[in-house]
Amino acid sequence: MNAPQALSRWTRPESSRVPFWAYTDAHLYQRELETIFYGEHWCYVGLAVEVPNAGDFKLSWVGERQVILVRDRVAPKDRATDHGIRVVENRCAHRGVRFCQQPHGNTRSFVCPYHQWTYKLNGDLAGLPFKDGVPATDEAGNACVNGGMPADFDIKQHGLAKLRVAVLHGLVFATYSDSAPSFEEYIGPAVMPWLDRIFKGRELTLLGYNRQRIPGNWKLMMENIKDPYHPGLLHTWFVTFGLWRADQKSRMVMDEHGRHAVMISRRNEGGENKTVTQGVTSFKQDMALNDTRLLDVVPEPWWTIDDPSHPGQAITPTVTMITLFPSLIIQQQVNSLSTRHIVPRGESEFDFVWTHFGFKDDSDEMTRRRLRQSNLFGPAGFVSADDGEVIELSQRGFAQAGESGETLCELGGTGTGGTEHMVTETLIRSMYDYWRKVMGV
Amino acid sequence: MNERLMLQLEIDQLNAAYCAALDERRFEEWPEFFTDGATYKVQARENHERKLPLALIALESKGMMKDRVYGVTQTIYHAPYYTRHVVSPARLLGEERGLVRTQCNYAIFRTRPGDASEVYNVGRYIDELVRTEAGLKFASRLCVYDSEMVLNSLIYPI
Repeated sequence: MNAPQALSRWTRPESSRVPFWAYTDAHLYQRELETIFYGEHWCYVGLAVEVPNAGDFKLSWVGERQVILVRDRVAPKDRATDHGIRVVENRCAHRGVRFCQQPHGNTRSFVCPYHQWTYKLNGDLAGLPFKDGVPATDEAGNACVNGGMPADFDIKQHGLAKLRVAVLHGLVFATYSDSAPSFEEYIGPAVMPWLDRIFKGRELTLLGYNRQRIPGNWKLMMENIKDPYHPGLLHTWFVTFGLWRADQKSRMVMDEHGRHAVMISRRNEGGENKTVTQGVTSFKQDMALNDTRLLDVVPEPWWTIDDPSHPGQAITPTVTMITLFPSLIIQQQVNSLSTRHIVPRGESEFDFVWTHFGFKDDSDEMTRRRLRQSNLFGPAGFVSADDGEVIELSQRGFAQAGESGETLCELGGTGTGGTEHMVTETLIRSMYDYWRKVMGV
Repeated sequence: MNERLMLQLEIDQLNAAYCAALDERRFEEWPEFFTDGATYKVQARENHERKLPLALIALESKGMMKDRVYGVTQTIYHAPYYTRHVVSPARLLGEERGLVRTQCNYAIFRTRPGDASEVYNVGRYIDELVRTEAGLKFASRLCVYDSEMVLNSLIYPI
């Protein structure tokens, strides 16, 4: 397939119909990597708490490029201004070897196994064998030097690819772009309060990982979490137990570009409400839990904040689903907290990495509660396993239609504004409005 | 020795019956392999080895297992698939305070309608068994899987 020809292949001015080739065109996907993942966007890499000590590292991804998240040694005098977090590409500057094969660990330096080029934690090249050649004796019996790098070889010019790093409240992001705006600017003032609400001033604890490989285009995962229409329909638990459904007080918030979003809502009592449960076959009127600890929800003080849209009024969401374009979802669903990292692998597959966390001042009881509620989420979760399944089935549908089809996202109209309800696909339209501009299609 | 052989046979038969119940989709029978207060966990090897508490599935009672079965059969949407469990003979690791500790390896193949079979989940069962009037039951079953990626979703118990 050829890359799409500009505009003529997008059928209408609005972004409410997304052509199937947006998900299936391999060349377009390569351009997405360059323009979006390696371009002027900030990509999630991990949590600072995953590398708590100097020398700690873990492997992560920016697009399809494997990177190393590492905590550098920082001199005491610099500690007020340097968080020490570095992100470097896992690719030797000599012959391109993906040199680091340990998923996580602690090290003093990085050494490529092939020719032992050695890098500091910040990615600078520290040294390489035979740089100055090997002393020998020539045929005339005089001392000489064999080999070695050219006289003008500058060790400073041959470090690892270093990414710009931003650390916000323990969340680590990186970009290849020197021209990308600051991270704060990138997120924007509408979305930032919702990151502050969860993370600001709190130390995180790492609870663990779940990883799944989903045979679908990476954007489908972003769409899924920008789609407040489906949870009360696809996910029985949400509608039956009132965790997420159309009769809840909700709000859809976006940054000025429409690329990031927050779905904010407040749990209600669940049970039957004919306006939203009638005809919804996933609603189970008689469903009750044998062990109610699975939904042992305890409100936490930090849930309540001053409403960014109505200063002076308090707001207490039970759920916020934050999508940070292009590759991060942050979930607060009652007491369960996680980051979900999208790692694309070609146009029709991505890995989805869930990192569950709590807070350092959590009681043991709260930690147990977070872990129990994690049964709802992840690749086996009561309200998440089916998301991966429908994404796979979406991709299959796109593939069989070829060039001709398009998705329809017109719940709540064809526009791209924020709303005070969830009966809308506006966040999906807004993301594609931005995506079209960036991709020039 | 005879006693030990009998125990080995009993445990291997229990594992065979457990896998048959799952592969034959008799999911309502699955919680009955456990005691009332039993725990059942499916956990990634990386979490297990790093002592990170998160599990893929973490159930703390027979009641939660019944809730999982309800979820599997009534609420979670997923494309249909069959499983085939292949389990190694159990290693008997000891018996303390009425609990028999055993481990065995498992490999689970997934077959979707119209598709070839694929390796779905590979790991080991780390078990604690207790003798009851109804025979051996699991007081705890921890499934630690090597597979670094779940192939999209994991719906049925393993």
